Amino acid sequence: MSINQHLADLSYQGFQAALAGYITALVCLGVEFAARRQLSPTAAEAASIGLRAARRGGTAVLDRQGPDRSGPDRSGPDRAGSDRLRPGDSSPQIGRIAPPTRGPREPLSTRLGRAGLVVLIVGFVAHLFSIVSRGLAAGRAPWGNMYEFSSMICAAAMVGCLVVLRRTRTRSIGFFVLIPVVTLMFVAGTVLYTRVEPLVPALKSYWLLIHVLAISLSTGVLMVSGVASAMYLLRSRYERNLVAAGPIEQSVTTAGDAGPERSAPVGHRSRLGDLPSLATLDRIAYRTAIVAFPVYTFAVIAGAMWAEAAWGRYWNWDPKETCAFISWVFYAAYLHARATAGWRGSRAAWISVLGFVSVVFNLFVVNMVISGLHSYAGLN
Amino acid sequence: MASNATHQERAPQDRAGQDSPPRDPTHLSGGLSGTAPPAAPDSHGQSLVGGVLALIRNIWRRLTSMRTALVLLFLLALASLPGALLPQWSLNTAKTANYILDHGAWGRLLNRLGFFGVFASPWYAAIYLLLFTSLVGCLLPRTWEFVGQIRMRPVATPRNLGRLPHSADFFAPGSPDQVADRITGRLRGWRLARRAEPSGSVTLSAEKGYLREVGNLVFHFSLLGLLVAVAVGKMFGFEGSVIVTAGPDPSAGFCSGSPAAYDNFRPGLLVDGTTLAPFCVQVDAFRATYTDGGQASSFVASIRYQTGGQPSSSGWQSRELQVNDPLRIEGERLYLLGHGYSPTFTVTYADGSTQSRTQPFQPADSAFTSQGAVKFTDPPGFVGNAVLDHQLAIVGIFAPTAATRDGIMTSSFPAAQKPGVAIEVYRGDLGMEGGKPQSVFAIDQAQVQKGKLRKIDRATLAPGESKKLDDGTVVTFTGYREWVSLQTSYDPAQGWALGSAICLLAGLMTSLTIKRRRVWYRIGPGQAAPGPAPDDLGHLTGGLSGLRRNVVDAAVGGPGPEGVGPAGVSTSRVEVGGLARTDQAGYGDEFGKVASFGRT
Ligand code: HEM
Repeated sequence: MSINQHLADLSYQGFQAALAGYITALVCLGVEFAARRQLSPTAAEAASIGLRAARRGGTAVLDRQGPDRSGPDRSGPDRAGSDRLRPGDSSPQIGRIAPPTRGPREPLSTRLGRAGLVVLIVGFVAHLFSIVSRGLAAGRAPWGNMYEFSSMICAAAMVGCLVVLRRTRTRSIGFFVLIPVVTLMFVAGTVLYTRVEPLVPALKSYWLLIHVLAISLSTGVLMVSGVASAMYLLRSRYERNLVAAGPIEQSVTTAGDAGPERSAPVGHRSRLGDLPSLATLDRIAYRTAIVAFPVYTFAVIAGAMWAEAAWGRYWNWDPKETCAFISWVFYAAYLHARATAGWRGSRAAWISVLGFVSVVFNLFVVNMVISGLHSYAGLN
Repeated sequence: MASNATHQERAPQDRAGQDSPPRDPTHLSGGLSGTAPPAAPDSHGQSLVGGVLALIRNIWRRLTSMRTALVLLFLLALASLPGALLPQWSLNTAKTANYILDHGAWGRLLNRLGFFGVFASPWYAAIYLLLFTSLVGCLLPRTWEFVGQIRMRPVATPRNLGRLPHSADFFAPGSPDQVADRITGRLRGWRLARRAEPSGSVTLSAEKGYLREVGNLVFHFSLLGLLVAVAVGKMFGFEGSVIVTAGPDPSAGFCSGSPAAYDNFRPGLLVDGTTLAPFCVQVDAFRATYTDGGQASSFVASIRYQTGGQPSSSGWQSRELQVNDPLRIEGERLYLLGHGYSPTFTVTYADGSTQSRTQPFQPADSAFTSQGAVKFTDPPGFVGNAVLDHQLAIVGIFAPTAATRDGIMTSSFPAAQKPGVAIEVYRGDLGMEGGKPQSVFAIDQAQVQKGKLRKIDRATLAPGESKKLDDGTVVTFTGYREWVSLQTSYDPAQGWALGSAICLLAGLMTSLTIKRRRVWYRIGPGQAAPGPAPDDLGHLTGGLSGLRRNVVDAAVGGPGPEGVGPAGVSTSRVEVGGLARTDQAGYGDEFGKVASFGRT
C-alpha cells in the first residue's frame, strides 16, 4: 500500500480551506444573527402578516416573518417571505443585466448572512474534496484515526445542517451548528492531525469501513440535533423570562406539539427572540435524531460484531462501549420523553443535549484520557 | 391541542372507573378512539386482601407507566457511568488495584459498593431487571390492544373535525354517497370504515400505518431477546487464554478440552469445564511486519489445527490466523490476541550437563522491551534440600533491537533486528515448593528479601554470548523465539444476540419511519352559501395547533364559491380531519392529497 504524499498535502490544504470557509461563514452568520434584532417585526406585525398571507390563499402563520424566516416545512411561510420576487413590485429595466430589483434594499446583515451561506457551501465542497483525497492518498477509507474521524463527523454535521437550512431556511441554526463544527475542525486540524499512515493491524478490517462510517455519520447528525435542542432550551428560557417579566403588551400564542410558543412581544428585543420558534426547533431536533438514532444503533451493533471478530467477545464493557451504550440509552430516553406526558418540550430537550454531551465525551475524553481497547493510530 | 389529548397520562390513583387506563396510551387508541377498555371499577368490599391486591395493582401500574420507564432508562445510563469512568476489575486488574490503593478509604468503599465491577453489581442488576419488568408489563397489554385494534374497524369520526391538527372543509359535486364512493375508491392501502349518521351525513374513517406499532413492538421485544441472549451467554459461555511459543516442535501447541489446558480460564456461571470441545492447535510460526516508524502493519500466525481429542499426525489442517480473523472451530472461536518474544537460555552446569529453557517475556512498551524470568528448578547432581540452594533464575530484559542508554537496556524497534538481553542471575530457593502460584514473568521477591535467593551476577548478552558464574556454571543466551497469545471463546447464544439486534434495528427503523395516521371525512348534503366560507372559520378559530402547517389544507379547501357545483347537480359539504401520532410534521403533504380525494 503506497501513500501518495502529494495528494495527502492537497487534502490537508482542502481541510484548511474548509475550516477557513466555515470560520468565515460563522462570522457572517453571527453578525447577521446579532444584528437581526433590529429587524424582527413585532408580534403585531407578524400576526397581520400571517393573516394577510392566509387571505391570499396561503396559510395563516402566526410567526414573525423575518427577511428569511420561515416555518419548518417546505410549505412554510417562505412562500410569502420577502426573498421572493414579487412581480408587482418591480418594473423591469431594459438593458440592465441584473435581476429585477427586489423592492427595498436588504440590510447589510442579511446580505452578509446570505454570503455566509455561500461561503459555507464552498467550504463544504473543499471539505468533501479533503476527505476524498485523503482516502485516495492513503489507499483506504479515510476514517482510520482521530483526525480523519473528526473531519468526517464535521462533514456529516454540515450535510445535516445544509438539509435543515434548505428545509427551514432559518439561518440561525447554521450559526449555532457551526460553533461546534468549527471547534471540532480546529482541534482536528491542530491537536489531532496526523500524517497519512497505513492502518494498524487491529483496524484492518472491513468493519472499520462500516462501523466507523456509521458512527461518524450519526454523530455528525446528532450534533445538529443536540444543537437544535440547546437552541430550544435557550429560546424556552427566553420565553419564560418574558412571561416572568410582567405584562406583555401584545403576544400571540399558538400551540405546537412541543408546547406553547410565543412570539416576542413589542418592546422586547433580545437576540434570542430571533431564534426559530420552539416548535421548529423541536421538530429539527426530533427529525435529525430519528434519522441518526437508527444509524447510531446500527453502528453500535456493527461495533459489537467487529468486537466479536477482533477481541473474542461481542461486548466487553470497555469504556468506549460503555459510553456508547450510555449515549444510546439517552437517545432512547429522548424518544420516550417525547411520547410521555409532562416530558415533552424542555425536559426532552435536556435529555437530547445530555445525549449529545455523552457522544462528544465518548469521542474525546474516552479516546484521549480513558483508554481502553479502542485505539486509534497516531494518538499515543 | 388535539394530539395532546391522545397522550395524556393519568396518575394511577385517579382512575374514576370511566376513563382510559393509566398506562400512557400513546397509541392512537387513546382519548380520541375510546377503544381503551375501562379500568376495573373500584372494589367496594374493602377487605384486607382487596386492599393488598389494589396496592399491588397500583404498584404494577406505576411500574409499567411510561414515566417509570423513562426514569429507569435514566437510572440505567447514570449507573453505567462509573463503568466508563472508573477502572473495572473485568478489564484491567492491575489498574483497578492501583486505583483502589491510591484512593485509600474511598477506594475501598467504592470497591465494596461494586463500583469497580459495575456490570456485575446487584444495584445495576436491580435497575435493568426493573426496567425489563416494566417493559414486559408494558408490552403485553399493548400487544393485546394492538391485536384488538387490528380486528376492529377504524374509530368513528369525531364531531368537530376542524379541531384536528390537519383539517379541510369544502364543497364537492355529487351526493354524499357519490362523494363517499369516490373517496373510498381512491383510499388505497387505508383501512376504512363507512358509517351513516342520523343527520344524513356519511362519514368515512380511514387509518394507515399499523406497521409502526408492529415495528415498535418488535423493537421492544427484541430488547428482551437481547437481554436473554446476553444472560445465556454469561451462563454457558467461557473464555480461555493461553500463551504458546511458536516453533516447529510439539511444545508449540496446546490441546483444548479441559480448563487446565489454558493459562487463564474464565468459565460462565454454569460451566463446569467438562464439555469443552476438544481441538488441538500447533503454532508453527509467527510473523509481524512493521513500518519504518515502528508501527505494526500486520500480524500473522501460521497454525495447524485438528478437532477431536487424540491428535493424529495426518489430521492437521493449516491456516493463517490473523487479528480480526478468528478460527471458528467446533462452535468455539480461536483468536490471535497478542504476541511477544521468548528468549532461550542454556545453562551448562559444572558437571557438563546442560539445560535449556525458552520462556515468554512480557512486552512493556510498543518497541517490545520485554521483561521476564527464566527458572531452572532442577540443578543436576543435588538431592534433597541441597536442590533448593542451587536453583537458578535468570531475570531481566529482552530487547528485539537493543539499545543501551545509561546502563539500561531498552528496545528501539519492535522487530528483532539486534536482539539482546540484560540479565541478573539469582541462585538459591525459588520458593516454588510451597504450592503457591508464582508469576511466570518474575521471581518471588519475598524469597529475595528472606535471603533465600541471592543475586550472584549480571550481564548484557547478544545471541550466542555467555557468562560464567562464580561456581563455574555458564549461562548462554542462545537465541529467541516468538510467542502468541491465543484465546478460545465460546458463547452459545451469540447468534441469538445478533438475531435480536437485527430485529431490534428493523423494528426501530420501521417504527421511526412509518407514521400512524388517520383521516376522517364527514360528507353531508350542502350547498355553498355566499359569504365567508366555512373553512375560513375553521382555520382561524378551530385549528390552533395546526395553523402553521395548513397551507396545503387551506389550498385544498379554497374559498367557498369554487366548491359550488354546476346548476342542477347536487353538492355535498366535505369536512376532512387528519391526525398523525407523535410527530405531525410531514403528514401535511399527504393529508393535502388525501383530503383532495373528495373534490372531483
Ligand atoms: C428497555 C428499555 C427501553 C428502551 C431502550 C426503549 C427504547 C425505545 C425507543 C428507542 C423508542 C422509540 C422508537 C419507537 O417508537 O419504536 C421507544 C418507543 C416507545 N417505548 Fe420504549 N424502550 C424501553 C422500554 C419501554 C418501556 C418499559 C415501555 C413501557 C412503559 C416503553 C414504551 C414505549 C412506547 C409506548 C413507545 C412509543 C413512543 C412513541 O410513540 O413514540 N418502552 N422505546
